Order: sequence, then structure tokens, then C-alpha cells
Amino acid sequence: MMFAHEIAEQVRTGKRSARAVIEESLARADAVQAELNAFISIPRAAALAAADAIDKKIANGEDPGVLAGVPVVVKDNICTKGIRTTAGSKSLEHFVPPYNATVIERLQAAGAVVVAKANLDEFGMGSSNENSAYGPARNPWDASRVPGGSSGGSAVAVSSGVAPIALGTDTGGSVRQPAAFNGIIGYKPTYGRLSRYGVIAFASSLDQVGVLARSSKDIALVMDVMAGHDEHDATSIPEDKPQFLASLNAADLAGIKIGLVTELSGEGNTEGVLAAISRTKDLLSRLGAQVGEVSLPNAPYGIATYYLVAPAEASANLARYDGMVYSTRIGENALGQAEVMMKSRGATLGPEVRRRILMGTYALSSGYYDAYYGKALKVRRLIANDLEKAFSEFDFVLTPTTPTAAYKLGEKSSDPLAMYLDDIDTVLANLAGIAAVSVPAGKAEEGMPCGVQFLAPAMQDEKLIRLLSALELAQGETFAPLSPFKG
Amino acid sequence: MYEPVIGLEIHLAMKTKSKMFCACPADSFGQEANSSTCPVCLGLPGSLPTINYEAIEKALMFSLALNCQVPDITQFHRKNYYYPDSPYNYQISQFDKPVGEHGFIDLSNGRKIGITRCHVENDAGRSVHPAYANYSLVDLNRAGAPLIEMVTEPDLRDPEDAREFLQKVRAIAQALGVSDANPEEGKMRADVNVSVRLPGEPFGTKVEVKNLNSFKSVQRSLEHEIKRQSRILEDGGSIKQATLGWDEGGQKTYLMRTKEEAADYRYFPEPDLPPMQIGQNWLEAIKAKTPELPDLKLARYLAAGIREYDAQILAFDHQLASFLDEVLKHYSEDAQAVANWLNGDITGYLNAEAKPLQTTSLSPEALAKLLKLIDTNTISGKIAKDILPELMQGADPEKLIAERGLSQVTDSSEIEALIESVLAENPELVERVKANPKAINALLGQVMKASKGKANPEIVRSALSKKLAI
Ligand SMILES: [Zn+2]
Repeated sequence: MMFAHEIAEQVRTGKRSARAVIEESLARADAVQAELNAFISIPRAAALAAADAIDKKIANGEDPGVLAGVPVVVKDNICTKGIRTTAGSKSLEHFVPPYNATVIERLQAAGAVVVAKANLDEFGMGSSNENSAYGPARNPWDASRVPGGSSGGSAVAVSSGVAPIALGTDTGGSVRQPAAFNGIIGYKPTYGRLSRYGVIAFASSLDQVGVLARSSKDIALVMDVMAGHDEHDATSIPEDKPQFLASLNAADLAGIKIGLVTELSGEGNTEGVLAAISRTKDLLSRLGAQVGEVSLPNAPYGIATYYLVAPAEASANLARYDGMVYSTRIGENALGQAEVMMKSRGATLGPEVRRRILMGTYALSSGYYDAYYGKALKVRRLIANDLEKAFSEFDFVLTPTTPTAAYKLGEKSSDPLAMYLDDIDTVLANLAGIAAVSVPAGKAEEGMPCGVQFLAPAMQDEKLIRLLSALELAQGETFAPLSPFKG
Repeated sequence: MYEPVIGLEIHLAMKTKSKMFCACPADSFGQEANSSTCPVCLGLPGSLPTINYEAIEKALMFSLALNCQVPDITQFHRKNYYYPDSPYNYQISQFDKPVGEHGFIDLSNGRKIGITRCHVENDAGRSVHPAYANYSLVDLNRAGAPLIEMVTEPDLRDPEDAREFLQKVRAIAQALGVSDANPEEGKMRADVNVSVRLPGEPFGTKVEVKNLNSFKSVQRSLEHEIKRQSRILEDGGSIKQATLGWDEGGQKTYLMRTKEEAADYRYFPEPDLPPMQIGQNWLEAIKAKTPELPDLKLARYLAAGIREYDAQILAFDHQLASFLDEVLKHYSEDAQAVANWLNGDITGYLNAEAKPLQTTSLSPEALAKLLKLIDTNTISGKIAKDILPELMQGADPEKLIAERGLSQVTDSSEIEALIESVLAENPELVERVKANPKAINALLGQVMKASKGKANPEIVRSALSKKLAI
């Protein structure tokens, strides 16, 4: 699979038809699906029709858009008009949105083609893709391992060459962690830079659409298309034209200061992950950056804070999946309305989702609000303050993306708490609403890829992608290789 | 003697172009079920609410008119509860940062009624239960329509005061264009809280009465409930906290729920809608475009010479007040005369026809013309009253009078002739009047009748007196 900017260039200049590109992508999707269960739907007919429409535009001499013919895989919690969107849940098994998410609307207007809807943990709740009602996706580097989550299918799609670009959503690391587990780039923009309109909500104050890709130029290309104010999202940042492509190709990092987070770069990480951090430090120094250490004293409370705020919001966001509209009603004609709602929710929402709804409901309950949700909001502010302080001294903050590389399916699924603790590095950016990117950092244990994470202040996204492009330029071909998955 | 303690909770359907959090029309009256909807008000997965600033502005204007303190920052919260016609299973409402707090309204008896708070929220849809069907249907046209909820302090002490309070709220809402505030169309709904106590004692146990769809029901249900509670206490019983309904047919309250479990709505800040900075500039702009409030109208009417009683009625009835103001543009000679017509014959006509003023075709210009015709003695007051029903249907008074020859007879020779014939036909009556001049009205009546009401009664009276030498 070529990069998005290469495909668009070929299609726009008539070297290759959009149809040929999309057919190849669909064939690859079938092969990947057969062994890795990366997708929930593959909308073949719609994808081919979209490709033909682009070829027709080109034949008519019309501008087919800067992403003409670029196949894109979309996480199945982002609404696609006319294409089933399940959020990985049985409760939305039959939901076909009558509207497009704003990001989809903008991608399609630029000529991108949705080739598959990617597998995910139900409603984005999970770090291994094992919480999908449609079965777990698997890691293309080793099919006995998890691909990470919740945007697991999106990461698999890019790493196994179905598409150069996949959209995920990142509420506590759901784009960055699977990117690290698959050896690709996972970028979570500043909260509000990408519209959430049409993104099925998990935790509204934390959710952000993110991009999974293998090149900084591809990320810049789609960000310039998708970013910008959306009047349908009240939390969307008012901004002029985004400037991602213009910020690329940094030859060096002279004068850039990077702070490695003390609390997150020691104990709790595997040897392989720590080695990746030290390789990254060396590379940064070689490129002229100054690497120091920075303390985020409240970082250890990030997990507790996140697992109060996110479930609390989720408890309201998911209240509408009550069997009345979107799924089968259990006990209709026999039971009262409240009981039908309860039974239907029990039957169509998975165990992890139910666990989080219960936690969130509890945290908001009268008499407990101040001790749990209220306290969590205060700590959230302290974490943001810690980061603000760090950014007064450093341009970027560096952490591992995850404490380990991808683990085996079933290895952690019986211990939710252990799984929650793995989000320790990633939740900070969501709690603070800042930009973050997971950058491939070679292999950790047993030949599995791992990543390191850079955090940037809010609205410094372009600068963050510029840093990414410097690291990419220094490493060339070896930066974010495709997985060895043959299919 | 027990004293009632009354508080009100009032919902007003706001009059805005679009719904509270989406672009669908706010008023879908008469539309096909579920046709005025979009992903947002249907609560489709992924949809997001956005704030209708027209609604916020009107709510702020209303809060200011109720003398509320308006905060620097106002914010929405989610109120969690499950209901089939609530598509999110939570309501977007306000909690600790509403648009207004600590306001008041002065009643005509000088009593000040505190307003605890005023907040904005979205309405639910409507459940329809077809007869004999084993299912219910949901219409979401109303879902997401903007509402103002206002809550009073327990400051009311009399059902009549409660009614006046509601009338004042309605007048303010209508004058500002915030709401049609029409209970019959469900644009204004009130729940009441009422308890009784012996004067000086602490508040008694209160009950809530719901389903009150007119001001009269509010007043009646309060009267009924005060009697009921007083009787129980007089008999040595105690009041149980409860939610009651009002049976309009039987004119009595009935029990809906007794055990009041404190509902836990798990309010938390709505993460989809950032808090709004209100700011002095915005408030100044709102104040600048606030229409004249009923209290100011009242002062203006009194200054124009309208009696207190009439001025009160007119100032606090938005339809009548707007009509009066239009009439006064064309006829400013005698404001009290306009008031008499509006509060007298016109209101009488509207009550008999059970119609609101704005559904009739009476124009302010027509009423102004009518008053001028009376002033210039072109027609008598009686003729004016006679032709009012036609004016209510859009007739022009000048044309009508010309077509029917209804102009008053002021020509003395014509009147002279009428008198001659009446005197000739009623010799006994003439004798009686001569004996008792106070009986002149009987003869006057006969002459007026003979003139078919067109003779000027003053001219007839003086001519008769002269003729009979009394
Ligand atoms: Zn709508």
C-alpha cells in the first residue's frame, strides 16, 4: 500500500484510476478480515460507486479533491450515511445513520473513499479490542496477540496495508495505544480541533477523533481537510485554515526542549519499552534537541481521575440505548416499560460497558458526587496545571505510549483493573485536552513493536506534527514499516 | 383559621424560531408526527446539541423583567431520567448556574412574591396512547423545544394571589414576546405546592398538584386543597406528602403518588455545551431592546387618564394593551372612553363568543373611527353598541352608517315633527309627565323609538321640555 499523498497524486494525474485503487484496497480488506477480524462492515458497493464517481469527475475535467481515490478505514463509532455504524455494540447492530459525521463529510468532499468500518471495543471502552460484540480483532504482527484498543481495527488496517489512513477515536489513548501495538503513528489532536459531530459519544469531554497513519505527510494532508470549526459541535475550536502541510519537513530540532516525565519513565515499564525511550532520547539529541526530565506530580492520579470522569459521562451518553429505538426489546407486551428498558439494556450492552455505566452512575449519585465525580474534576484541573507548568519549560513532554508491547488475547481480559492501569501514559492528554502523538519506536519484547508518546500544548498540533516529521526524516524507510502480515 | 402557604412552578414554552439545541422549528403545531425532527432532537447516536442564542437571549430578557439577578456565566447540566418520549434519556437543563435567580413580582395588593430561579431546558416529545391498542406511539416534534421553568418562593398566601401572579407572568412573557403563555395550548403549565398552617407556626407538610391547564384550575385546586387540608387538621389528622392531580370535571384533587422517593437526577455539567459568558455588553443590548413591560404600561395608562381599575386590566392583558395602544395612535381624545369599550362591550362580545381578540377582525382604526363618530354626535352611543358585532367582523363604521342611514338626527325640525306625532299618539302619557316631570324619560323613549334610535337624545330632551313647558 502506497501513502495517501502518493495515491492522490496518481489518481489526480490519471496515472491510476480510483476504481483500481479501491478494488485493491477492498481485496486486501477481505484478506485481512479473514484472519484478523479487523472490520465490522466492508461497504463494497458504496466504495466502488464512490471510486467511479471520482473517475468520472477526472474524466470531466473537474477537481476530484486533494484526497482523490484515497482509501480510508473508519472506526465503526463514526457515523457514515447509509453505512451501518455499530460502535462495536449489539445495541446498534441495525443502526444505519441517515447522516455523516462532519469528519466523514469533509473527507468525502475531498475525494477520500470509505472502504471499511473498523472493529473496536464496544463504544470505545477497552484497550485490547476484546470487548467488541463482533469478536476481537487480532494483531497483524502476531495474530495470537491483541491489536490494542479501542481503535484496534483501525490500527490493523493501516499496519496491514488495507488503507494508508484510518480514523479512530481517542478518549483515553484509544488511537495512540493501538498505534504503538501495531508500529504506526497515532495522533490525537487538541480537544476541539476535529468535530465530534457524528461520533458516537463515549465520554464527551474526553473524546476526540484521531488519525492512524504511516507518514507525517499523510496525517498533515487529512488534517488540513478535516480540521476547522464546525457549527454542529459547540466544543469545536473556532480557527482559521489549519496549517499542517505547511509545517512539515523539519530537518533538525535545534533549540527544541523535550522533557521526559520522571513519574512515567521508570518502574512499571518493560525493559523493551525503556530501551525504546532511551533510543528516542539519543535520536532527539542527535537531531539537536535538548532532552531533560520533568515531573508531573499528579500524573499517578490520572487513571483514577479518568475512570471516574469517563464512566460518569458515559452513564448519560449511553442511556439512550434502552431497546426502545435501536435494538430488540426484551419482554415487550409482557413487562412494564421500565423493566423492558432494563432487560433490553442488560441483553444488548456488553459486560465492560455495563461495568462502566454502573461505576459512572455511582460516581454521580446524590451523596457521592462530591467524593467521586466532583473530586475527579478537581484532580483533572491539577493534572492540566502540571502539564501547563511543564510546557513553560519544555516544548514537548515525552513518555512511553504504553508500559508494555501487545500482549496475548485473554491475558488481561479477566482483570479489568490491570487493563485500566495500562492507560497511565495516555489518559493525561485527554484529561488536559492537549495534543499527543504516539511515534513508532522500534521493537520491545518478542519482536513486537512499541511506541513513545509526545505531548504538546493545546493548539500546538502543527508543531507536534513537525517534530514527528523530523523523527521520520531521520529514520527513513524503517520509521513505520508495514507489518509482516501476508494474508 | 388555617393560613395557606403556596409556591408555584411554571413552565413556559418559548417563542423562538428554532428548537433549543437544533435548527428544527420550535413550533410544529399541526405538523405530521415526527416530521419536525433531525438527528439532534431525535437523539441519534453521534448527534450533538448546539445552543440557540435567541432562546438564551429571550430567557435573559425574561429573567431581567422578573427582577432576577443574572449571573456572569450560565451553564447547562444533564438531568438523568428514563422516559420513552425523552430521546436521550436525559434532559438538558440548568442546575447551579441558571439564567436568573432571586427575582420578584409585586402584586396589586402590595405583596412581593419571590422568584427563586428561572432556567432554560428542552421539552420532551409526546406519547400517544391509541384507544384499545396494546402499544403507544411517540411523536418527537415537540422534543427539544425550548422551555423556561420558573420557581417561586413559598410567598403566596391566597389562591386569588396565585391567579394574579400567573396573569402577571403571562403578561410579562407576552409583552416581551418570550412565550405565547397560553395555558389552553399548553404554552404555559403550572404545578402548585400548597400547605396550611396556623399563622406564626412553621410551614406544614406540602402537597404538589399537577395537571393544571388553566389559571382557573390553579385557583380552584388551591381552594379545594386548602379546605381539604384544613378539615383534616381540624379533625386532628395529619397531611401526608403527596403528588395530586386535578380532576377538572369533578373539581377536586385526586391522589397520584404518595411515597415521595427523592428522585436522584444525577445532575452533572453538560460536556457538549461549554458554559456561556454573559457579559455586561450583552445584557445592555438585551435591555435596550426589551419592549415596554406591563408595569410601565400601567403607569402610562394612568397618566393618560384611565381609571386604576381599567388600567390594571388593560396593562396586564397583552392583547388588550397592544390593541389599546394602536387605538390611541388614532384617537387620543379620551383614553378612558377607549378603555370603557375594551373592558365593556368588546370584552363582553369576546366572552360571549369565547374568542380571543386577535382572532376577530376588529381593527384599532375602526374603533377609533367609531369613537370619533360618537364624539361628533354623528351616531348615538346606542347605535354604536348595535353595530359593534359587525365591526368585530371587520366592517368599517363610516361605510356601515352611510349605507344604513344610521346618522343621528340633529335637525330640530325633523325632531319637532317626531315629537308632535308621539305627543298626539300618547295623550295619557303627556298628562302624566306634565304632572310628574321626572317621568319625561318615558316620552323620550317613545321619541327615540320612533326615530329608530337615530335622534340625538339631548336635543329630544330639551325640545320635549320646552314643548311641555316643564
Ligand atoms: Zn431537530
